[in-house]
Amino acid sequence: MVHWSAEEKQLISSIWGKVNVEECGAEALARLLIVYPWTQRFFSSFGNLSSPTAITGNPKVRAHGKKVLTSFGDAIKNLDNIKGTYSKLSELHCEKLHVDPENFRLLGDILVIVLASHFGRDFSPACQFAWQKLVGVVAHALARRYH
Amino acid sequence: MVLSSADKNNVKIIFSKIGGHAEDYGGEALERMFVTYPQTKTYFPHFDLGKGSAQVKAHGKKVAAALVEAANNIDDIAGALSKLSDLHAQKLRVDPVNFKLLGQCFLVVVASHNPAALTPEVHASLDKFLCAVGTVLTAKYR
Repeated sequence: MVHWSAEEKQLISSIWGKVNVEECGAEALARLLIVYPWTQRFFSSFGNLSSPTAITGNPKVRAHGKKVLTSFGDAIKNLDNIKGTYSKLSELHCEKLHVDPENFRLLGDILVIVLASHFGRDFSPACQFAWQKLVGVVAHALARRYH
Repeated sequence: MVLSSADKNNVKIIFSKIGGHAEDYGGEALERMFVTYPQTKTYFPHFDLGKGSAQVKAHGKKVAAALVEAANNIDDIAGALSKLSDLHAQKLRVDPVNFKLLGQCFLVVVASHNPAALTPEVHASLDKFLCAVGTVLTAKYR
């Protein structure tokens, strides 16, 4: 079980409370597909991903980004049992979706950058620490059931 | 991984937007790296790493200057950073994984100070550029 200090919990929830999940989720996923184009391999059914503009405006990307970040919210509600929270999703990503867990780390780093761009100064170094820890724990939990 | 002419242009533009703040960004990136990835402190046992450290600020200026130099010589980063590459290989021997960590922190700093300028396209180009710099600095390791 991961240990979260009171300060880390506070830094995570204070930022999360101000996050527009739909916007941030869409932006994070779009940036993943733009900055690391090989990640598009999982989204051949999403239609037009031919340019950054196409990706950013793609409604399937937006919807999926919202879905992914909404799921992050589950982790934040269950910081003391992220492993359990993501157990089924981990199996799904392995058995059905066949996603290399490295992609979870890439998305996590992108999410941190998106948060930094939205929160500016408020995204302090301590904040970054807590959030990098969180995205790392989520990535680890999602990879945990791989076989 | 190759920097396209669009990438090179994006890097030049973002660095000109950063302008004179580059030195501060270098210091802030280091500060964030030490806080976010404490294992990176192991390379600086001789530094005061407390908040506001003058040594970290000074070192941040050096790091930023190297990035600016690379951006200004983007067609030949290996040439521009050749001496630094030797230094890292022979003396500093910073494990290659750490360049990604500093790169992440530099992106966070740029994002937090210039959100409008760090469009997805510029983000992609800057990320590629930082990877290229890391590759050059570790190129002579073995």
